[in-house]
Formats: sequence, structure tokens, C-alpha cells
Amino acid sequence: MNAIVTVVGEDKIGIIAGVCTLLAENNVNILDITQTILQGKFTMVMAVDVSKSGESIGELGTKLEALGKELDISIRIQREEIFDAMHRI
Amino acid sequence: MLNQKDILSTIEMIDQQHLDIRTITMGISLLNCCDPHPKRACEKIYDKITKYAENLVKTGEDIEREFGIPIVHKRISVTPMALVAGASDTEDYTPFALAMDRAAKTCGVNFIGGYSALVQKGMTKADEKLIRSIPEALAATEFVCSSVNVGSTRAGINMDAVALMGRIVKETAAKTAAQDGLGCAKLVVFCNAVEDNPFMAGAFHGVGEAERVINVGVSGPGVVCSALKAVRGQPFDVVAETVKKTAFRVTRMGQLVAQEASRRLDTPFGIVDLSLAPTPAIGDSVARILEEMGLETCGTHGTTAALALLNDAVKKGGVMASSSVGGLSGAFIPVSEDEGMIAAARCGTLTIDKLEAMTCVCSVGLDMIAVPGETSAETISAIIADEAAIGMVNCKTTAVRLLPAPGKKVGDTIEMGGLLGSAPVMPVHTESSADFIARGGRIPAPLHSLKN
Repeated sequence: MNAIVTVVGEDKIGIIAGVCTLLAENNVNILDITQTILQGKFTMVMAVDVSKSGESIGELGTKLEALGKELDISIRIQREEIFDAMHRI
Repeated sequence: MLNQKDILSTIEMIDQQHLDIRTITMGISLLNCCDPHPKRACEKIYDKITKYAENLVKTGEDIEREFGIPIVHKRISVTPMALVAGASDTEDYTPFALAMDRAAKTCGVNFIGGYSALVQKGMTKADEKLIRSIPEALAATEFVCSSVNVGSTRAGINMDAVALMGRIVKETAAKTAAQDGLGCAKLVVFCNAVEDNPFMAGAFHGVGEAERVINVGVSGPGVVCSALKAVRGQPFDVVAETVKKTAFRVTRMGQLVAQEASRRLDTPFGIVDLSLAPTPAIGDSVARILEEMGLETCGTHGTTAALALLNDAVKKGGVMASSSVGGLSGAFIPVSEDEGMIAAARCGTLTIDKLEAMTCVCSVGLDMIAVPGETSAETISAIIADEAAIGMVNCKTTAVRLLPAPGKKVGDTIEMGGLLGSAPVMPVHTESSADFIARGGRIPAPLHSLKN
């Protein structure tokens, strides 16, 4: 099952490292990453495969949120279907 | 691969524009809970609701978490209670409302609708008993919502029921006077009520519906308003197209959530209700959309036309995005639940008369409007009759949910808190309609040819 991880906030050292480490520890495979600075904000979108992870998306979401608090940025994970539904016919 | 811009635009809609699924409502048929013994009937009602809706709230929360989209309410609607309670040998129907309330508490939902009677053509003994018990039932329960259908395009308007409902609204306010007549916020009087409405307080599970069903109500006034900001000053064709595209996106999300909920709860998917339902939060207002179209304040001249465009474009955009559209589908204009409406009513631009005109072109009707506590039952009945006439003649649903707060006068404000918001007390005409209401009988159904 694929999901989308989005990270938005002030740019600082260690954001990508932190997120990728957490995902790797939870056996989540990263399929694609795009990252830019949008209106002065660090913005990263990752497509990930969570099918081999022992954790549910809900649990991964809780862990990512906790990491986001630590780094003072917003991190979320959502199932890919929600974006497909809204932006593709 | 999904486009980064699209992904971020969805997140912005959720974070900044209050995009949410307003409600997942499980409709449950209680027709097989009839029993001559009222106590046994109540037990059956409680058992059936709690069995069917056991996982409703948890499932809603799981979907919310996985998809990252807020689902504000999880609710239950049931068969109009007059049909179930009618089989029981009792004069007091309040225990049926209490059974619904207990079931709602056990399931963890925040409202249960269906303490209802359909009396558009006439009243059975059970209908009348239920209607007369509404004030007590709403005062004695926390989560029960009640609705009464007093008219339809095919049957006309039951003016005896209209007269009775004016008194019931007043009594309900009196019984909940300590909370500014809060009971009235849970009581709707309909014309052309729909059987699959997921929104409260008017939701009930119609007799033409399946054993149980999942209906979903989407929302998103903030998203529409924000999209319109990008086309400021452009012609109305552009406005309509922009609303349609936005409504399409919002409804696709509703459809996805509805299907997912239906699958997980092993319950057939019913409909998606494409409604723009506001909340008192800043940036979640239908009035502000109308103002974004170029009106200084909602309620001024041009408001009805703006609302007509909005209501139609929401439907056109949404209808293609869902496999099954139903409920009330359109724009809601509940005064107390809409920050822009509250402001417009407070400054006097938005009046009851203008709101009545607006209900000719949008879904539902005079909704969540505080009127002076001294307003007579006959005047409330006459307001109900006017609104029912609009619904009857225009083949649409209309409703009245008035809040005659005891002791409150024009200029006062009723605070209900939460999503019910706060309502400035609006003036009504003080000239009497008593002789009109005293006539009773039925206003015949309208002719459907010779249209002009």
C-alpha cells in the first residue's frame, strides 16, 4: 500500500535524515522524493510503500508527528488514494 | 506519480480552508423493533442500534487517521419513531427517545436523528402522540434530534400539523429555558423531507431505505471561498466553473471516504450529500462566499442571485464526482452556525424576510434563527407555513428551525457553543397571523402544469 509523507516547515539541518531514518526503522520503503523551498518554507513530498512495515499508517502517523514536534515542523502521512480521488479522474 | 502541487493543495485545503467530511451517518431501520410492550420495544431499539453502530465511531476515527482528513461527526439516523412506537400500547413516547439517547451514548455518536413523524397529509394517533411528546423528549435527552414533515408537493400542507408545531416549538423552548431554549436547535419542521439526509437535526432513515446504510455529508465553504478569491472580478461563468471544479474535488473525497466506511462497516453505501455546511469558525462560512462574489454584506440586494448560482454549481460539480448523490445537497444557510451570517444579521442587513427569499434557491430553509422569546406560537406556525409553501410549490425540501429563546429580545444573543454557534435575536413581524393559523385543514397540493 502506498502513502504520501509531507513535510512542511522552517528549513534546518537533519530534516531529511530524521524522516528517512524513522521510515527505514519502520521498514517503510521510499519510492520517490521531491523537495523544494516554497515561499521560504522547506517542503518535501515523499511517496512511500508501507506494505512491509509492521506498523499501520495510523501508528506511523503518530511517530512522524512526534518527530515533527521534535524538529518543530509539520510531518504527516496519508494514504495515496485521497490525492488520487481529488486530483485524478 | 502525483504532482507535488496537487498534494500540497489538498493539504492546504485541510489545514487552512477547513476542508472536512462533515458527517458519516449510519441509517438503521427499526421497523422490526415494534412491540406491543413499550419496554420491550425500547430494549429492541437499544440493542439493534448498539449492535449495528458498534464500530461506527472507531471506523470513522481510523479512516480519519489513515487518510488525514478530519471527519467531524459520526451519527446515527433511525426509522421515524412514530412508525415504531405506534405498535406499542402506551400514551407516553418519551421512553423511546430515552432509548435512542442511551444507544447514542453507548455508540459514542454525538447525535441520533429520527424522533420523527411524517404527517404531510394527516396524523395517525401515533404521530400525534409523538409530536406532543417532543418537548419533553428533547428536554429529557441530550443527543436525540426530532423532525416533523408537515407538507409535500404531492400532498399539500397539513395546516393542523403546522398549527400544532408552532405550539410544540414554543413548548420545547420553554422546557429547555435554562439553556436558552436549546431543545429547539434539535427540532426541524420539514416540507418534502428526504429519506437519506445525513445531516442533523433533520436526519431520519426513511421507510424506503435498506436495513442499514452509510450516508456521508461533505463540506467545504472555506475551500470554495478561497478558490473564488483567485477569480475576483471575473464574469459569473468563471465563478460557476470555479465552484463546480472545487465541488467536484471535495465530493470525490467524500465518495472515497463513504466507500471506505461502507466496506469496513460491511454496510451498503447510500449517498453522498453535496452540501456546503458552514461552521462558526472564521473561514468556513457560506455568507463569505456570497460576499466574495461582490456583495458588501450578505443579505443585501443580489444575495439571492449569488446563492442561486452557488447552490446550482455545487450540485453540478458534485454530481459527477459521486456514484450516488442524495440528501439535501446544496448550500446550507444556518444563521447561528455561520460566522458571516451572524455578522450580517447583527448589523441588520440580513433579515428573516431576506432569508426566506434565499431559501427559494438553496437547500433547506430558515435554519438556526433566533427570534424573540415572546414570539407567539401562531407567528411561528405562520413562518412554518410560508416556508412549507416555498418547498411545496418549488418541489424542493424546505425546513424551519427557529429558536424562540425565552426572555430574549431583539439585540440579545443566544450562545449555544460548539458547532451550533451563537445567534443574534432577529425581529419578526408583530402583526398577528392567529386567524390564519386557526383555520386548520389542508392547503391543497399545487398544480404541475400551466407553470408561470
